[in-house]
Amino acid sequence: MPYTVPKLTDYSPAALEHAAAECLRACSEEASAVPNDAELKAFRDRWMARKSGILTQINDLWLKGAPREAKRDAGIRMNELKARIQELVENARVTVGDLAKDSAGRVDISMPGTRRPIGAEHPVLRASREMCAVFQRMGYSIAEGPVVETDYYNFEALNFPPNHPARDTQDTLFIAGQDSKPQRERLLLRTHTSPVQIRTMEKLCPPIRIVIPGVVHRNDPPDASHSPMFHQIEGLAVDTNITFGDLKGTLDHAMKEFFGSNVKTSFRPSFFPFTEPSAELYISCFICGGSGRRGSDPCRPCKQTGWIEALGCGMVDPNVFEFVKDNGYDPKKVSGFAFGMGADRIAMLKYGVDDLQLFFHGDVRFLEQWA
Amino acid sequence: MKLSANWIRDFVDLTVDDRRLADDLTAAGIAVEGISGSGADTVFEMEIGTNRPDAMNHYGVAREAAAIYDVGLKPLSSFGLQASGASDPGAEAPSKSKKSDAALKRRSSTESPVFPITVEEPQLCPRFSARVIKNVKIKPSPGKIAHRLQLIDQRLISNAVDATNYILWEMGKPTHVFDMDLLEGGLLIIRKAKVGEKLKTLDGVERTLSPEDLVVADAKRPVGLAGVMGGYDTMITDKTKNILIESAWWDPLTVRKTARRHEIHTDASHRFERGADFESTVLSCDLVARLILESGGELIGDAVDVVSRRLDQAPVILRVSEVHRILGDHLTGGHIFHILKKLGFNLIPEGEEDAEFRVQVPSWRLDVEREIDLIEEIARLHGYDKFANTLPAFRGAVVELPNAAMDKAFRERARALGYNEAVSLTFISNSDAERFSSASVLELENPLSEEARVMRSSMAPGMLDMLAWNLNRDVEDVRLFEMGKVYELRDGERIEPERACLGTTISALMKSLPADAALDVSKGDNAAAAEAFRLFKGDVENLLAVFECGNLNLDRQTGEYFHPGRSARILANGAVVAEFGQIAESVKSDRKLRQDIFLAEFDLDVLHKLGPRRVEVEAPAKYPAVERDFSFVFSDDVEFGAMQRAVSELRLQVLRSFVPVEIFRGGSIGAGKYSILLRIKLQSDEGTLRDDQIAAASEQIVKALQKLGGVQRV
Ligand SMILES: [Zn+2]
Repeated sequence: MPYTVPKLTDYSPAALEHAAAECLRACSEEASAVPNDAELKAFRDRWMARKSGILTQINDLWLKGAPREAKRDAGIRMNELKARIQELVENARVTVGDLAKDSAGRVDISMPGTRRPIGAEHPVLRASREMCAVFQRMGYSIAEGPVVETDYYNFEALNFPPNHPARDTQDTLFIAGQDSKPQRERLLLRTHTSPVQIRTMEKLCPPIRIVIPGVVHRNDPPDASHSPMFHQIEGLAVDTNITFGDLKGTLDHAMKEFFGSNVKTSFRPSFFPFTEPSAELYISCFICGGSGRRGSDPCRPCKQTGWIEALGCGMVDPNVFEFVKDNGYDPKKVSGFAFGMGADRIAMLKYGVDDLQLFFHGDVRFLEQWA
Repeated sequence: MKLSANWIRDFVDLTVDDRRLADDLTAAGIAVEGISGSGADTVFEMEIGTNRPDAMNHYGVAREAAAIYDVGLKPLSSFGLQASGASDPGAEAPSKSKKSDAALKRRSSTESPVFPITVEEPQLCPRFSARVIKNVKIKPSPGKIAHRLQLIDQRLISNAVDATNYILWEMGKPTHVFDMDLLEGGLLIIRKAKVGEKLKTLDGVERTLSPEDLVVADAKRPVGLAGVMGGYDTMITDKTKNILIESAWWDPLTVRKTARRHEIHTDASHRFERGADFESTVLSCDLVARLILESGGELIGDAVDVVSRRLDQAPVILRVSEVHRILGDHLTGGHIFHILKKLGFNLIPEGEEDAEFRVQVPSWRLDVEREIDLIEEIARLHGYDKFANTLPAFRGAVVELPNAAMDKAFRERARALGYNEAVSLTFISNSDAERFSSASVLELENPLSEEARVMRSSMAPGMLDMLAWNLNRDVEDVRLFEMGKVYELRDGERIEPERACLGTTISALMKSLPADAALDVSKGDNAAAAEAFRLFKGDVENLLAVFECGNLNLDRQTGEYFHPGRSARILANGAVVAEFGQIAESVKSDRKLRQDIFLAEFDLDVLHKLGPRRVEVEAPAKYPAVERDFSFVFSDDVEFGAMQRAVSELRLQVLRSFVPVEIFRGGSIGAGKYSILLRIKLQSDEGTLRDDQIAAASEQIVKALQKLGGVQRV
């Protein structure tokens, strides 16, 4: 039922108010349902045409017919109404037509998205970078060193004297043709990132805090948990008054940052020639929550113990400081701690990878999962 | 290393169960890695650090347990199986030991040594003890001995040999038994081996000795490799009647060197090279003797004990302040005293208010020589987890590696371009080293395989292997990149240049070609290859744009493993920064690659020196640009680069770009020629270009192209 302008008999404010509201509602309704361009024009004409448009009719019927005493009030109200209606008419658009067009051109939103390829970050390097970032936020700087090392840096200065049984545990790969050199100059593939501790202490005076990511090699045939090449992250902090509690607190914080805040840590005595006291850090299994079971199955990552070995650490052995004593590392004055972990191992733990070899094939079906 | 829980309990009365015992030992650093069996047959799989030979046996672990639980440890000397000459194989009760002690003492009153022993190397053999038993009966070990040895995976041989093995696992001291009647001259000499001297060891191997080997010899020949393995010709056999038991203290380094030289690793050498207990030589002889005597025989005379020099175990000064400096200050002097005492250390308080202790280290703890060694003992027995976690204060700055930002940008770009970050192994074969680089390489002394003999001098072989891995598994669209080091010798010095390598299969490359982006619309393989090359070149250019490369110059001087017509070398400021292109057909077929491969190698060392690209900002143009297309026919030997150079030499202020839009060969275009559609974009900073300006610029460009031999098609 299209709107027609009623005649007014009652010019009380309430009656005027009601009439204006009715008119505005009608206009608004029509404006929101214009089916096409022709109707839009008709809508505009119906309301705005100078000769017989609704606005003109209102002017004629309501304002002109108003009693004298109500004329002023009616005038103000009618001007307000006109302005509102003008606005509605001007802003009116073909609405039903848009809808019709859109529904005709509908696409299947369930079709798979076309994904432009994005390369993935390598999981081991990603874990390594994340771990380094944890330490960088604690004031550690990144340090690096050569992969092909001398006996001196890989062993001697780390308190592995020549012919010491502890060297047997390292399964070292040696560079050929070194026999004519003195032992400490002979080249080998570093078996750990620890030589960078010495190299850095030779360059920088205490206090220092460094974290050292890098590749290391061992004479280990490849299998699910061994590789002749793997990645380590080493750390070293030296200052006056560094205690065993600081070592524990720092690593406890780092493990919580990396693996999640509900991870608990436990330290067990161990042996490394370059630290004393030495420890192995265990973290509570974040897969089974420390229970050793996943539902009714045994938890494999923690071998049902509820604890996972995460890294080796300890207080820097005074013998190590002796090698860099001249650069401010007097073991009587400074103390420090060091730690080292396998980046591949923490990546396996964090991402639930059970075969180390997967990291080194470049198999895109594996790598793309980190994209 | 396996130990029996029940055997440990022989020496210490414990109320805890085996599982709890394992946990508590582990927490104190005597790691029990696994538990198998149950009840009396419970076996601990132990992981004892190389510095703790004293704990690589049942008594040593019992000693740790006694310290952990603060309970008594039964002395070994009062301990033992029944030792009378009477055959009593069932006698297993340890409580009847008094009688055997008396038996041992009674016979120790002989005046002259029962067996002459000469030590010619007192430095290397400071102590040599021996025992003589006669009229023994060689037979299988009694049940308890046999059962315990089998429980910990030891092979049974005979009662005499098993006795030495049993005592080694009981208290850690290796001993050896000779058939005394086979010792020529009835004497032993501890000496260096003579040049060319031979010894057949117990494992049946005839060994030629070095003059650096220390041997136990009789009057004629070596009869044992000191601390490593006894001789075959003097071993215990069924016929043995009389036995000499040897228990010595050998120089650890000498044992280690001999063991390594002859590639023998025995339970004995493992312990001697880590340092045995100097004070247990006679005791271990006695314990072995007791076990053998259980099956009959008689002890002859006293123990022979040749002490050439005493081992120097100087007391260690332990300051409470130093304990506090390293461990924090919650442990009092009283705590410290109590912990070390339990482990067998003797402490004498010294200094004002007992600020330090003079600590005498027990003979079985050769690993404890310094104050810090004692501090570790204190921490370990107190319990690592009881120390409060703290965070140290720090004064200092955090610095990044100098190239970190560039490397990060490179990585991120490579990934944005669709390349997956990969890691390949560092080793390559000799033939790959020769094929893929001209550098002098580092070879390994002990490679894992022939294929992994050389440290990589190029990233290309590893990348090709990874691409092949995917192709061999029907994964065709592969894009990988790797950043890392290569290893070279330059002027005799080792260097580790940093490189990046990009690799892709042609199918992955072509899939990234946007629709309608092909330039060369002619048919044929070469047109497709040109498109693939151009796509890959774009990736290379995008990656180089991380660095301040300036204008790039290209030539065709690439390695022989590249396709000669589809590869290029890139120079920036005269330095080679990259080589890239399709790999040679020969490489493809040698590696059985099922697709064409594109490879790029970046010299990151050179690029790092160029530094990160500086952004030079240009405001967006204010006035409209005009484009004009020209169609030319050129001879094949005129490359686009020549056109580009010719046009840029015009130095036209208004020329904004000059690009090829379409290429075509064949059809009406004669052989050896190609048609190229070129597009210029003109724009001025001063105003909208007028027709006459556009015409003038166009004319100059057309003329320059005609000079190159181009024929304009209208
Ligand atoms: Zn678990």
